[in-house]
Amino acid sequence: MGAGVLILLIICGVAFAGGGIILSWAIAKRSTNLVKGEPYECGIPTSGTSWIQFNVGYYLFALIFLVFDVELVFMYPWAVVVKSVGMVGLVEIVIFMFILFMGLLYAYRKGALKWM
Amino acid sequence: MLLMQIDWFFLVEKLSLITTILLISLAIAAYATWAERKVSAIMQDRIGPSRAGIFGLLQPLADGGKLFFKEEIIPTNANKFIFIFGPCLFMTTALMTSAVIPWGPSFEFAGHTVSLQVADINIGMLFVFGVVSLGVYGIMLGGWASNNKFSLLSSIRAASQAISYELAMGLSLIALLMLTGSLSLREIVDQQHGFWNDGYFTWNFFKQPLGFFIFLVCAFAELNRAPFDLPEADSELNMGYHLEYSSMKLGLYLFAEYINMFISSAVMSVLFFGGYNYPGMDWVSANLPAWVFTFSCVSVFFIKIIAFILFFMFIRWTLPRFRYDQLMKLGWKSLIPLALVNMLITGGVILWLTK
Amino acid sequence: MDLFEAIFWFLTAMAIGSALGVILSRNPINSVLFLIATFFAISGHYILMNAQFLAIVNIIVYAGAIMVLFLFVIMLMNLNADVEPQKSRLVQFAGIISGGILFLLILAALRDMKAAGVIEKTATDIGLMKNLGKTLFQNYVFPFEISSVLFLSAMIGAMVIGKKETLVIDKN
Repeated sequence: MGAGVLILLIICGVAFAGGGIILSWAIAKRSTNLVKGEPYECGIPTSGTSWIQFNVGYYLFALIFLVFDVELVFMYPWAVVVKSVGMVGLVEIVIFMFILFMGLLYAYRKGALKWM
Repeated sequence: MLLMQIDWFFLVEKLSLITTILLISLAIAAYATWAERKVSAIMQDRIGPSRAGIFGLLQPLADGGKLFFKEEIIPTNANKFIFIFGPCLFMTTALMTSAVIPWGPSFEFAGHTVSLQVADINIGMLFVFGVVSLGVYGIMLGGWASNNKFSLLSSIRAASQAISYELAMGLSLIALLMLTGSLSLREIVDQQHGFWNDGYFTWNFFKQPLGFFIFLVCAFAELNRAPFDLPEADSELNMGYHLEYSSMKLGLYLFAEYINMFISSAVMSVLFFGGYNYPGMDWVSANLPAWVFTFSCVSVFFIKIIAFILFFMFIRWTLPRFRYDQLMKLGWKSLIPLALVNMLITGGVILWLTK
Repeated sequence: MDLFEAIFWFLTAMAIGSALGVILSRNPINSVLFLIATFFAISGHYILMNAQFLAIVNIIVYAGAIMVLFLFVIMLMNLNADVEPQKSRLVQFAGIISGGILFLLILAALRDMKAAGVIEKTATDIGLMKNLGKTLFQNYVFPFEISSVLFLSAMIGAMVIGKKETLVIDKN
């Protein structure tokens, strides 16, 4: 039943957000012209397109994050049963983390964690 | 046929609870803006808002009402659907986390047990974590759809920052999870019952101080609060991801940020500071009427939340902003190794104690 | 038709509809949004099967992490609707062949499947975290450790590719 209530909450949240936007759309004054629709760049005329390529560093961090996120997901079941699985589980996790830590170390040595 | 299966009392109970929580979140978010201005004013030896009402108490209403009447501008080159979708998503994810927070102990009402928790799902902590990981979409999509260089840069920054600190946050949660053995927030609160038991504090903060510290820093980063407010660094990016937004869509972004702050304060007090538990609650529950007990529990919980919100504000007006490389360095080279060490130590200690 | 079934069919329609949206929408960002909706529908199915842990992990890892990566890639490559790159004939041909093979595989798998009842109503607790943890750390230790090597190789691969790209950008 818990999940059903979550759906109820999502509906309430969307109704609230959408209601605010619709209400302000209904009562606010509007006028458009060409200049108003331009992207704001501190007043000077816009130059070039805004959907530009950006630093690859962001992408690299996202990739490393992905690997660690999956690792994290593996650790949650362990954390729940840590008492019943005992020392064996801890050793398993230490080996698991040691292998992944080498990856982090590699990234560190390669300078991937250094922000450009 | 379909309608027969629904427990109508249950539905009404949950719906009224959700509505109450939404309204309280909104009220707290609105007055958090007022409190932020007052706090900053006091810390900088100014007066702050003082014109609307006594102590400027009506200021949030004036600000909120103003937003409805503001002109709505959608940039010509923006992706219209995503431009509107972004703030809605941000607001919805901000409200979603409130579902699993136990706001107070269950009580009897008209023969039914009313639970002051919207949904007691047994993976509550992971649910919080999942919603936090979705929260970045609102910023990312809104910033991208604006078709503005500042917004785009800001949204990429926000996403990158959020994912970097999510890892340390998850690791500190794992250490906590080893202690509790359960992901249900209701159960975590029940385990921290009272204040003192078996010769030690029951609150998780006293068992996981380092974990709490890591979680707190990560919460600051996830909330884009100073000193981690790089996505909306006004001296570098004007306004950040909501630069092109106006009217109520801007309002949704601003409100959702404060709601996020409110909810994460609630999560922190549930996970580490005992939620609605307080010293001497057993005496109150035994000697005073049931409604006094429930009311006192809920009030204590809200006092804890407000204390956290004020703490967020004090930090904001005390510390300067990080540089982006410093932020990344702190996240990846300090917090993640620290959280890993914390996790291993916790695991070792737990196994040593249970032997 | 009870409530359970109604939710099941709603989620199924949502999953298939948004999966179609992924391949039919012209704008890659819309595709990503549809893909997120698909993941949500699948998570809903997991919850119906009482596998809450899988459901939330599906959201955290796929909708939370991989999709951020996708958005980064799309933003990084600056793929917009009007500048969609024209693929060469060879690539199109290869795509048709590999897609056809996959389709054939799915058909073959479906053919052997028995027509069981539509919905598994007896909710099992095999997907709950405690059981999962015990199974993983007692019966499947070796595959678990091997998976870390897989992660390691993925991480190193990412680093090698990513670092090379920076060099190219630096030259320009």
